[in-house]
Amino acid sequence: MEKIKEFFKTFLLIELLKGMALTGRYMFARKITVQFPDEKTPQGYRFRGLHAQRRYPNGEERCIGCKLCEAVCPALAIKIEVAERADGTRRTTQYDIDLTKCIFCGFCEESCPVDAIVETRIFEYHGEKRGDLYYTKPMLLAVGDKHEAQIAKDRASDAKYR
Amino acid sequence: MMEWLEPIQKMLGSAWLPIWTVLKIVAIVLPLMGAVAYLTLAERKVIGWMQIRIGPNRVGYFGLLQPLADGLKLLMKEIIVPSGANKFLFIIAPILTLMPALAVWAVIPFNAELVVANVNAGLLYVLAMASLGVYGVIIAGWASNSKYAFLGSLRSAAQIVSYEIAMGFALVTVLMAAQSLNLGDIVRGQQGAHGLLNWYFIPLFPMFVVYFISGVAETNRAPFDVAEGESEIVAGFHVEYSGMAFALFFLGEYANMILVSFLTSIMFLGGWLSPVPFLPDSILWMFIKVAFVLFLFLWFRATFPRYRYDQLMRLGWKVFIPVSLIWVVVVGAWMQTSYWLW
Repeated sequence: MEKIKEFFKTFLLIELLKGMALTGRYMFARKITVQFPDEKTPQGYRFRGLHAQRRYPNGEERCIGCKLCEAVCPALAIKIEVAERADGTRRTTQYDIDLTKCIFCGFCEESCPVDAIVETRIFEYHGEKRGDLYYTKPMLLAVGDKHEAQIAKDRASDAKYR
Repeated sequence: MMEWLEPIQKMLGSAWLPIWTVLKIVAIVLPLMGAVAYLTLAERKVIGWMQIRIGPNRVGYFGLLQPLADGLKLLMKEIIVPSGANKFLFIIAPILTLMPALAVWAVIPFNAELVVANVNAGLLYVLAMASLGVYGVIIAGWASNSKYAFLGSLRSAAQIVSYEIAMGFALVTVLMAAQSLNLGDIVRGQQGAHGLLNWYFIPLFPMFVVYFISGVAETNRAPFDVAEGESEIVAGFHVEYSGMAFALFFLGEYANMILVSFLTSIMFLGGWLSPVPFLPDSILWMFIKVAFVLFLFLWFRATFPRYRYDQLMRLGWKVFIPVSLIWVVVVGAWMQTSYWLW
């Protein structure tokens, strides 16, 4: 009996019609597409986008060249050279992030003892020729300077969970 | 109706007939190409809606210029002939796919008068041309010198051949009911006082379903698109094609979809006849029916997952062919009784 029932179910295309009814209903459902450049989905304060180097409020760069980020980076995207500056402090002479290698895991930010390297909310950026996505120290500092307000606010929101 | 053409006819003399025929062909092929272009847009829109998306809407209002942008892109692209490919066959294959798909339109009646060639064996011609399309696919797969393309073409060749049998039997019942192979006469056979109750899809309902599903399989559309099978064999028989050569396959596939929709409308849904007796018959009915059947094509694609290859063959050989054979006998017997009302 069960077999006969099954036969008629398949033979009369009942299941297929059920499926078509479902897609037919969805055709008139409210569309959930986000039309990207016009509409944007909300971002969390932990969003990991383009990297930036931060400065202290007095204008001094935070990075002390400890190379923890370079060591922790799983994609080997960071390259750091260090030298002693004229005032006797330890500073980087080169701090490069190859964004084409970077996997945006956020380990560099987590490992940084002075919150110097951070990942910002910026994700709409591009390069137009080879090497455009190889970010050097001045470029990273420029990103940091430009978005410091947002960066500081995001760090403050996350502070109680760290 | 055509009196105003007579002076031109006299002026051109014997050159008149070829020129007039070419004009008629252009009058069918150009709108057909437009229909194909906008069918691709309709497909993307409808499938988008069914997947709770909105489909293309960036190029022109409502995405209406999208087909033009796609066409232009394909025109600009380079046609790459793979090394080791048979160049002549590689180039000729897309043409062989598109050509039969266009040739069939000669016998399609749009309304009682509008048909390029009123052939008496129209249905036979349709079947012959439809089965020619498979050569393009086989040759494309073989000439590409690529294993995916070859696998795809083998699959599609077996599939098209199998489904053609069931399709043929489905059409046999139609010609039994209509007592004619002429497509115009088949539509006229469905004329009657009861509007849509006179159409053949009622007595031949199982054949209507078999024919339409075979038509979907014949055009290599989802859920029978094992010839392409993007997730299994990349893109099947046209994996090596690019640019306009690829576009010709695309045009052929969509032209075939429109063709199957026209044939379904003509043979089962009463062609240009009005569904209710108080409205006049018109070519508009034809287009409404065709649009509905085309929508079914898109609806299927949005709903059903692809058949596995052995399931596809089982459906063709073990379900459709027996069912259609039985129904041919049933219709034959039915027609001898007084209960045949069509």
